[in-house]
Amino acid sequence: MKVRVLLVDDEEQFVEPLAMRLEARGFAVATAFNGEQALDYIKGKEVDVVILDVLMPGLSGVDTLRELKKIRPLTEVIMLTGHATVETAIEGMKLGAFDYLMKPTEIEDLVGKINQAYRRKAEHEERIQRATLERIAQTRGF
Amino acid sequence: MFRWLRKKLKEFFSTLREFPDYAESPERYKLLRRNIVVLMLVVTILPLTLMGLINHYLYRQAMHDEIVRPLKILVNKTKHSFELFLAERLSTVSFIASSYTCSELADNNNLSRIFSVMKKEFIGVVDLGFLDPNGVQVSYDGPYKLRGKNYKDHDWYKETRVRGAYVSDVFLGYRKLPHIVMAVERSVPGVCLGCVLRATIDTNRFMELIASMRLEPDSDAFLLNKKGVFQTPSKFYGQVLETFPMPLPPLSYEPNVVETEDPNGREILLTYAYFESLPFILMVIKPRGLVMQAWYTLKTEAFFIFVAGVLLIFLVVFKLTDKLVKHLEESDLRREAAYREIQESSKLASIGRLAAGVAHEINNPLAIINEKAGLIKDLTQFSPDFPQKDKLLSLTGTILQSVDRCRTITQRLLGFARRMEVTVESLNLNEVIEEVLSFVEKEALHRNIELHLSLAQDLPRIASDRGQLQQVFLNIINNAFEAVEDGGRVTITSFEVDDDTVAVSIQDNGQGMTQEVMNHIFEPFFTTKRGKGTGLGLSITYGIVKKLGGDIKVASKLGEGTTFTVFLPKKAQARKGE
Repeated sequence: MKVRVLLVDDEEQFVEPLAMRLEARGFAVATAFNGEQALDYIKGKEVDVVILDVLMPGLSGVDTLRELKKIRPLTEVIMLTGHATVETAIEGMKLGAFDYLMKPTEIEDLVGKINQAYRRKAEHEERIQRATLERIAQTRGF
Repeated sequence: MFRWLRKKLKEFFSTLREFPDYAESPERYKLLRRNIVVLMLVVTILPLTLMGLINHYLYRQAMHDEIVRPLKILVNKTKHSFELFLAERLSTVSFIASSYTCSELADNNNLSRIFSVMKKEFIGVVDLGFLDPNGVQVSYDGPYKLRGKNYKDHDWYKETRVRGAYVSDVFLGYRKLPHIVMAVERSVPGVCLGCVLRATIDTNRFMELIASMRLEPDSDAFLLNKKGVFQTPSKFYGQVLETFPMPLPPLSYEPNVVETEDPNGREILLTYAYFESLPFILMVIKPRGLVMQAWYTLKTEAFFIFVAGVLLIFLVVFKLTDKLVKHLEESDLRREAAYREIQESSKLASIGRLAAGVAHEINNPLAIINEKAGLIKDLTQFSPDFPQKDKLLSLTGTILQSVDRCRTITQRLLGFARRMEVTVESLNLNEVIEEVLSFVEKEALHRNIELHLSLAQDLPRIASDRGQLQQVFLNIINNAFEAVEDGGRVTITSFEVDDDTVAVSIQDNGQGMTQEVMNHIFEPFFTTKRGKGTGLGLSITYGIVKKLGGDIKVASKLGEGTTFTVFLPKKAQARKGE
């Protein structure tokens, strides 16, 4: 199954080619151009990794992240930032983002990070699954 | 002359008032020093001098009066003694002349008897004679043979006949001895008109009177007649009947004092008095030095005190002004340095903000270029038979490389401006240096650069940020490596400065730099490595060191090398809001 990626950035010219390049590298990429769109999308569909720009008009990256984590706590988020907002990115990581990357990024770095994030999410889900299974097993044991 | 002086004075005072404006010239302090010194000297020495002078004159006046008054009293007293002495004898002669008849007086026996009585009563009377109206001495008693002498042509006789009574000045007469004559014309009406009784007075008696003044050996007293002829001998100026060698002082019947110089060149104080009814002047001469000795002593003492005071004032004024102006100069320098530092850091801060803004704004379009070029590359790469595939790949490769370069620049820019939090830990500075050296050892080996380490083994641990310090030292050591030729030498020294500070100096024997370059090295974008450097290395270094509460000092000489010294506080005192 392809890793599902949601790319959120207000720069269309940035989002589109990056989406195409990620697709070319085997990801299922959806795009959103601001925080609200991203949250709308996430309500409807399951996503593995969200790539989230920190500095956006309207709902900011951090706010988006906060809302997003409420809706889908397991979805991993990679913050994308201009250098000056590293602190914001760090704040994002405290709120549960997986990592941050600085713009402009090498595509290989991004791909690597997405894969890591996905693995973590997968592990996380697996643990949850196992826990659920154990609980079921225990219940059955009674 | 006067106008010129006034102009000069005016010029000088105008320079006192106006303060030179050119703040950095050393002239300013010289002028300031001069002005303060002059003003202080004027306001202290002027009143002192004035007071000294006024005191001097007042004292002199008082002393003078004090010295002169006893002299005057003495002269007056002696003058009175003389007058009394002569008046007594004259009135006796007059009494005898009136109380005897002509024939009684003409009789020599009678006259002898009168004379013997008179001699007993009045000392100083030498002889007594009676002259008939023709001027012939008809009777006489005394030690000389003067009976029958004719005095008709003698001055004293003529004067007596004119005035009725007369006291002569000293003359020699027939006896060839100095004496004075007092003569009285008989004035009893009718009987033997024109007869004259005369007595001679010994001038020795005068000397006794003068001796009774009890003068010091240096002093002199004598009697002159009104023509300036000595009536009594003088110690220094001549014998009886010689002429007084100085011009006579102005007429004064009251004792008067004149300061003058005698023919021997001595400064003298001449006290004198003219006699009203007698042809004499009494003179007392004292050397001025003797009289004024007390005054001179006082004057010398006062003068020494004055000179010492002035010297002291000079000393104090000069020292004080020197200290004051030096202090001022130092504080000016400090203020200037502080001002420059503030200027520098605010410049750096604003440039930093600008850089951050620019970098951020550029990063976004750069990201787009990056992705578009990346996409082109992807497309080309992933389609197997794309025409001119290689060319396109190399083109996109170049674009991506350029983007990479841009990104390096913007990231450094941001690094310069960014507000990374300082993570303070206790660390050994020597360790940090050694860690940094591990990065550059290879290059040193390769370029045959002699790395000389002189690290203080007992260097205290300091609280600071390891990562940032590594960057600082790496930057400076890299610069040193770039400054030296292959085979050059770089010396790294760590040492303790004082209780609060440690320092590391990195010294190279490379090309050095000019003062002009040195002034700008910490400014962002200033670089001497045209095309190779961003000009941010040292400004970032400077920013970090400042943030860590330290300081960097540079010393450099063109052609001899450069020394960077990084001072770091032992305790963390990271500056905020940088």
